[in-house]
Amino acid sequence: MSNETQSLNTLHILYFASLGDRLGCQKEDFTVDQAPLSVSALRTILSQRGEAWLAITEHETIRCAINQEIASEDTTIPNNAEVAFFPPVTGG
Amino acid sequence: MIQVQENDFDLKTEYERLCTGKNVGAIVTFVGRVRDFSSDHSAFFLQHYPGMTEKVLSKIESEANQRWPLIKSQIIHRVGNLQVEDQIVFVGVSAQHRKDAFAACEFMIDLLKTQAPFWKKEGDQWVEANIADDEAAKQWLTD
Repeated sequence: MSNETQSLNTLHILYFASLGDRLGCQKEDFTVDQAPLSVSALRTILSQRGEAWLAITEHETIRCAINQEIASEDTTIPNNAEVAFFPPVTGG
Repeated sequence: MIQVQENDFDLKTEYERLCTGKNVGAIVTFVGRVRDFSSDHSAFFLQHYPGMTEKVLSKIESEANQRWPLIKSQIIHRVGNLQVEDQIVFVGVSAQHRKDAFAACEFMIDLLKTQAPFWKKEGDQWVEANIADDEAAKQWLTD
């Protein structure tokens, strides 16, 4: 296999609650030509889509989960991962 | 056990489920209800992250069982369309002694409030997170 294939990262991204409303997007499949890819690098890439998408860089409040586990900013996102971004939870 | 469901739950049924065996000396239950967040009684909706929700609730429950000698534990959280005054969450534990039961129940609801991926929406407004909830959860994490 070529290196080219390995450097492509296909992600299934979910945006929950108020964040989904702000972005006008609840989910998408996204392929990024960068590997390894960290959570903070993904935030930067997504934030370049326009003003509304700057919300994704609010890492203090907008949490990120990878394959349904809370991730930190330097966590590497595996290929084909389910990535979720969401605001502080308000259940209970 | 954990359950995420649209349907309401029945307190008596849940209480009886916790009463298993002669060793049960204490049962503590918590019920959270939908409060009136604003003056207008608009539609209330609870979104969650299917899959992650169940994982987080299971983890909270198993951690409680590691910390305290519980006989039974149960978390039920409702999702979907709800109304003011509806029951929204149930946490119940049975143990031999009341201190374990009180502590474990409080631990589970405190962690649920800050870790389980649920989001409340009233009308077209998402409810803001509460800083006091973070503080309540922190007391268990620094133990």
